[in-house]
Amino acid sequence: MKLSARDLAVRVANRTILQAIDLTLEPGEFVGLIGPNGAGKSTLLRTLAGALPHGGELTLDNRPLAGYSARERARRIGYLGQDRHVAWPLIVADVVGLGRIPYRAPLSRESDADRQAVARALRLTNLEDLASRPSDRLSGGEVARMLLARLIAQETPILLADEPIAGLDPAHQLATVQIFADMARAGHTVLASLHDLTLAGRWCDRLILLEGGRIVAQGAPEAVLTPERIAETYGVEARFDSDADGLIVVPLRLVRQQRREVR
Amino acid sequence: MNEPTTSGRSPKRQRRHLADCAVLGALVVALTEPGQAADGAPGRVVSINLCTDQQAMAIAAPGQLASVSRLARDPALSNMADAAATLPVNDGRAEEVVSLAPDLVLAGSFTSRATVGMLRRLGVRVEEFPPANSFDDIRENLTRMGRLLGRAERADELVREFDARLAAFESDASETAQKPVAVVYHIGNGTDGRGTLADEILTAAGWDNLAARLGLGSYGALPLETLVAGRPDLVLVGGAEASWSTEALPNARHPAIMAATDNGDRLMVLPDRSTICGTPLVVDAIARLVDERHRQATQRRPAP
Amino acid sequence: MRRLPFPALVALLALLTAVLFASSLLVGPSDIRIGDAFGALFGNEGVTTMVMREIRLPRAILGVCVGATLGLSGAVLQGWLRNPLADAGVLGIGSSAALGAVIAIVSGLAYASPLALPVSALAGAGLAAILVFALAGQGEGGNGLILAGVAVASLTSALTALTLNLSANPFATLEIVFWSMGSLGDRSLDHVYLALPFMAVGWLLLASVGRSLDAMTLGAETASSLGVRLAWVRAIILFATAAAVGGATAVTGVVGFVGLVVPHVLRPLVGSRPSRLMVASALGGATLLTMADLAVRLILPSRDLKLGVVTAIVGAPFFFRLILHERRRSMR
Repeated sequence: MKLSARDLAVRVANRTILQAIDLTLEPGEFVGLIGPNGAGKSTLLRTLAGALPHGGELTLDNRPLAGYSARERARRIGYLGQDRHVAWPLIVADVVGLGRIPYRAPLSRESDADRQAVARALRLTNLEDLASRPSDRLSGGEVARMLLARLIAQETPILLADEPIAGLDPAHQLATVQIFADMARAGHTVLASLHDLTLAGRWCDRLILLEGGRIVAQGAPEAVLTPERIAETYGVEARFDSDADGLIVVPLRLVRQQRREVR
Repeated sequence: MNEPTTSGRSPKRQRRHLADCAVLGALVVALTEPGQAADGAPGRVVSINLCTDQQAMAIAAPGQLASVSRLARDPALSNMADAAATLPVNDGRAEEVVSLAPDLVLAGSFTSRATVGMLRRLGVRVEEFPPANSFDDIRENLTRMGRLLGRAERADELVREFDARLAAFESDASETAQKPVAVVYHIGNGTDGRGTLADEILTAAGWDNLAARLGLGSYGALPLETLVAGRPDLVLVGGAEASWSTEALPNARHPAIMAATDNGDRLMVLPDRSTICGTPLVVDAIARLVDERHRQATQRRPAP
Repeated sequence: MRRLPFPALVALLALLTAVLFASSLLVGPSDIRIGDAFGALFGNEGVTTMVMREIRLPRAILGVCVGATLGLSGAVLQGWLRNPLADAGVLGIGSSAALGAVIAIVSGLAYASPLALPVSALAGAGLAAILVFALAGQGEGGNGLILAGVAVASLTSALTALTLNLSANPFATLEIVFWSMGSLGDRSLDHVYLALPFMAVGWLLLASVGRSLDAMTLGAETASSLGVRLAWVRAIILFATAAAVGGATAVTGVVGFVGLVVPHVLRPLVGSRPSRLMVASALGGATLLTMADLAVRLILPSRDLKLGVVTAIVGAPFFFRLILHERRRSMR
């Protein structure tokens, strides 16, 4: 299942948020979407999820994404947004179960497939003990994991995640990116926006660097995460290192001349 | 009025001033003192209530009645609409009544208190007549009206006529062994029980009033269910109410009432003019009710 | 708290509704014994049948159906707007429906065609709903929305009173009270035939949005990613609510607070799941309204106590408590 964008452009209220976006997401890769605040990462993710009108081409398996019905799309592309507000205090298992909505006919009972998908998602995110806890009695990190579990339970070939590790402690951050990497290994496609450059560098197969609504760099982490690039797009000086498992990028100080526009 | 001549005014001006005062004085006198005709009866009478209008029109001497209320010209409400067409009408407001310079104003006891109070404050004589709740009230009102207008004989004549008609009805009614049951229905589940004019009208026409039988008083509440369960032979509705239809309030067209009256066959609309005022003309309503009683009796008797 | 399994809860509420429906048939100013009552309902026992079929039956049917409509629409509105303070009354949808109905009556349209009444009420309800959804679409899902609803409710109630006052109706004041406080008194089968199609259409359409409401728990964006066609569902909810609430209000006037109280009380019992809450609230609303109608007939049988008075006496303090609860929650 291949998701392709060609010359993608998005305008919202007379402002161009994204332009000239060319990218392709292939099965089996964990792609990191990085870039400064206001670069358009969230907008890109939402557009790829089919939620925003756009110029240019957006195709899924060489068919225009708009040609799929809402349900077909929901079974192929899963989206995890930044908004973590859950309106009603459903228990964790029920929230995770919402990920099965694209598979359930109206007025139908939970199927075995549904139950298994939910159980697996709870296991992967380490929420089995909290399955019966009402979701308004969870810590921020637990809510984040619960919503990730919902995405996992949706069992889509393609996963789009907007800042999935924000607010998680280091252990859970690592656990999350490990899950994404494992899913990629199993054949899924994962595109996640990340602020942690080290995690992005070490765990992602490929990085897309977005700035000012354009892709300024795309490719292997080593190729994208260079000191010049980081200084230019983020306006920070970072310390670069590496170990057996990959890059280590630690932002240390602001660059004296800030060429970055603040939106 | 004496004007001091030492004030320094010219004699011409003094005379003009005197004339003004005289006119003003005459006006004040005219407005504040009840005028009397030669025999003591009021010469200019104004009525501002539909019921007093009709009684006054029946009793007053020609030219005695200066104005009646506008409602008196409405044929739906008034039995004397034609007569009222030839009289000036008023809307019952204090200002316009006072400008008519009446010796006597006839009002209902439910006429606006503010209006009546204002008239009295302006020195106008106002006589109030309560609504008639019984035939006795009708007689009393007539008699009193006659006295006030100086036409006692005319009033007595009307009372005698009224009594004669009632006597005729009574003899007819007494012939019925089993009185059929009637009930008055007001929009919103109201009825007229014991102590109302409607009750006496029904009784005089030979009907048994369901509301009285149930012990309801003047303006009782009669739930639809109770009305239907009482198996009335006749349901009476007032003219305007019969044509009024709302979603909010049940009216005579409610399916339950239709069902209870053989789809409206035993539902009778009484014109408001026959019932709204307690005048001797209620005999019209009684007559219609007597006819209906006979009609139903014939229907019930199997054809020979 | 141990949760009652959902099928058991539904069965319990359905049983309660059935019992109250039967009780409603047995209460009235004329003494009819239980045995006679049901016999007369199906048989042909003259006056008793007349009373049962023409007076008590429509009242009982409307109590259940209007109650279900109010409870269901409350649950749907709360689920879609993600706001526990929403219901047809608070958002002004009920009062707008009443205004539509009154305009149909006063203008004479309702006499030209009896359908004009519920259709006009639907239009009134629809306009208020469109306004509400437009505000919600602009991200105003919280207190601003509720305030707007209160404004709409006040305006439309005032216009209703004005319209009636200006009409030639000698019973204008009584009518104003009816429309603003609601009543099931003396409703006939004609009223049932008029309102039921609109309510039924509304129910069927609303039943189809259960999954979408579940998805909305996570917000509009996520719901869309789960396959919910937002614009389509919004249009369905708008039309269905207008039809059901419009039809109900056209024959009973505005009865408030049912759609607010019932979903709130039942939410913990269905695990907060919006789709389940819809079913429970329909039955719960039927129960509550029928209970209120029984109270109206039993507490002060001689006075014409209005339905909306009872629901307001129960519901308004509840609403107040709910507001305080929400404030405390949002300050956390």
